[in-house]
Amino acid sequence: MSAIHWLDWLSGMLLLAGSVFCLVGALGLLRMPDFYTRVHAASLVETLGAGFILLGLILQAGLTLVTAKLLMMGLLIFFASPTASHALARSALLKGVRPRLVPDSEPPPSKP
Amino acid sequence: MRTLSFFAALYVFWLLLSGMYTPFLMAAGAGCALLVLLLARRMDLLDREGFPVHLAWPALMTYWPWLIKEIVKSAWDVSRRILDPRLPISPTLVEFVPSQKTDLGLVIHANSITLTPGTIAVEVEPGRFLVHALTREGAAGLAGSEMDRRCTRLEEA
Repeated sequence: MSAIHWLDWLSGMLLLAGSVFCLVGALGLLRMPDFYTRVHAASLVETLGAGFILLGLILQAGLTLVTAKLLMMGLLIFFASPTASHALARSALLKGVRPRLVPDSEPPPSKP
Repeated sequence: MRTLSFFAALYVFWLLLSGMYTPFLMAAGAGCALLVLLLARRMDLLDREGFPVHLAWPALMTYWPWLIKEIVKSAWDVSRRILDPRLPISPTLVEFVPSQKTDLGLVIHANSITLTPGTIAVEVEPGRFLVHALTREGAAGLAGSEMDRRCTRLEEA
């Protein structure tokens, strides 16, 4: 087996793994009981799902400018997606969306 | 120093995105980078917070791989819980005191918490984090965590 085959195989596996995590994230989005737990499921898609797919595509592109651009996309996702999730969760809490919590945990603070 | 490295970063960004190295485009890139630099200076964005080149680089270089490892670990845990027919989650809100002193350190810590599947930083202020965690165990491990210590080490420069 030549080296090219081996790289293609590896990148295929990475793309597959990324797709599986996106699928699991989507399933979690459907199964989770409330808004906040759904955001947790979505974060699976944007971290491992996007990460594995980008990695697989980088292996396909090799040492080219395309790889540099893919890395920039990865960096952008890694900085922007937690900020967006945080903004989403915070505004939901401020608007009064009560999270469903396990019974024995402390109640959510009423402020601000 | 900060001005110079900001210009270099902008120009490298241009060159990588363009990929065409004719004299005109290289000059246009330098011109654009200069223009953005002047705008950023006028808007006072080039301070320690806007362009943090001063972060402890050795600590940063070990922080990223460590963070990726943590993300993979907790992503695996969250996927197992999603696929489990019983859906074994115990959503919890937890408040704790982060040890970072600067806004930048707090932001890095909060973003790292949110980036890790299973925990979201909901409210962030100096001396108080409110975090929603998917499980009780995830919430319990937040206060005084290794992430907290590592983020504080990042600021020490």
